[in-house]
Amino acid sequence: MALDLPNLSHMAHLSRRSAVRALAEPAVMLPTTVFPLIFFGVLAGGVSAAGGIPGFPSVSYTDFVFAAPFVQISLLAAVSTATLLANDIERGFLDRLLLTPASSVAILVGHLMGAAAIVSVQVTIFLIVGLIVGVHIESGILGAFVLALLIVLLTVGIGGIGTFVALRTGSPETVQGIFPLTFALLFLSSLTLPRDLIDADWFRLIATINPISYFIESVRSLIITGWDAEALARGFLVAAGALAVGLIASVTALRGKVART
Amino acid sequence: MSRSSFTSVLFAVASRRVRLFLRNPAISLPYFAMPLLFLALGGGGLSNLDSVPAFDFPSGYTTFFFVYVMMQGSAFAGAGAGAAIASDFESGFARRLLLASPHRSSVIAGYILGAVALALVLMLVLTLVGLSVGVNVDANGLELAGLYGLAVLLTVLSALWSAGFALRTRITRAQTSASMPIFLVLMLSPAFVPRPLLSSWLRVAADYNPYTAILEAARGLISGEPDEVTLAFLVALGLVAAFSLWTISGLRLALRST
Repeated sequence: MALDLPNLSHMAHLSRRSAVRALAEPAVMLPTTVFPLIFFGVLAGGVSAAGGIPGFPSVSYTDFVFAAPFVQISLLAAVSTATLLANDIERGFLDRLLLTPASSVAILVGHLMGAAAIVSVQVTIFLIVGLIVGVHIESGILGAFVLALLIVLLTVGIGGIGTFVALRTGSPETVQGIFPLTFALLFLSSLTLPRDLIDADWFRLIATINPISYFIESVRSLIITGWDAEALARGFLVAAGALAVGLIASVTALRGKVART
Repeated sequence: MSRSSFTSVLFAVASRRVRLFLRNPAISLPYFAMPLLFLALGGGGLSNLDSVPAFDFPSGYTTFFFVYVMMQGSAFAGAGAGAAIASDFESGFARRLLLASPHRSSVIAGYILGAVALALVLMLVLTLVGLSVGVNVDANGLELAGLYGLAVLLTVLSALWSAGFALRTRITRAQTSASMPIFLVLMLSPAFVPRPLLSSWLRVAADYNPYTAILEAARGLISGEPDEVTLAFLVALGLVAAFSLWTISGLRLALRST
């Protein structure tokens, strides 16, 4: 099957629908914005004693852990956007959409761009909250834009993987089932301590093979180090990998669905 | 109205809830996954907090954090009662059940008993996993019973809160809003480190949070150095009494609209 070229107007309409739908749904927006902020506040206030561990970088723990809410919203937004698509499938909306002139790529990209728009709003909110609580971003304003770019790329990539699950199963419950997996990726990483300060060997091993560790470290480098080319390259590599896997998997699943419709 | 009709409805609703839970991994998995992930985070990712000079919990950091994880798991198992009630209202099953039951409060008590049964299974799993990752239980039998007793009371408390919420909203999606205060109360406590090591704003929140008394007493029990256990039980029982009123009034509202 030849890949049909996306119509930008269709894509823009579908992006807007996806973003407006999520923004208008407090049950989607509220937890995905508030939970990461609470978690950040509790980690910053509750684990700040970690700054006293011998060998901890000479930065405040609040700055150190400020990468956490960004990565968390990215993962949460990805699951939410896939759930909304699963709802569309369940209600038959996607089948009707596939009968319109909108190309399958426009439908897919439009859907994922909606998630990117939402996460951009959330990144802006978090940056403002960070400034209010005294977080210093070492890489400056340009670094904040790079941080936002990293988060958007990861959201679209993981969102693509979630979309693949939604297209294959058509079940919002099954898509919600990947929620604990995203938490596993986040928790079993260098989220709370630098890898070399993780005491338990088994945990350090998992954190070392977990790609999200490298992503967190790249976001963290922008906040506490400044411009660290190696850390950033690793972060972009993880985001690009997720993007490639997510888009290839979801496009393939959507083509399969088109063929069946 | 006989006592046997009350207990037969109670056990029928509770066992239905347990059966549904065990048969549907999409429902049951998050209840196990989240506490286990938190346990991994505390037992592995944060275990180096042991080396912070002012950290002085005798049984070690993994044990210190394990108690928080068990309390958190118990509380969220309780919150599942509200989600189940709301879901059954949406499908119409709860309305039929309330109309058919000779003793309506037994229906709600059944959901809560179901949540307690699930919490006990969860506690068993967490304990086995905890022991395998280095949790030290220095408690004697009585202290251990006190620890699990506090966890069960927390399940009941959380179940009463979420049931009262569900009886008022009767919408499954709204149950996320019922979980948020539970999450907040659990987090605004000495969850990760003892109170003296908390930063100033979190220390104030923890000082005024009634859950702090329960968590600290539970930690004292597991380390074999019980402290303020009576206070913790009084706080938990007082809150259970208060939230029972919240649930009963919710049931009345739901019956009025049935």
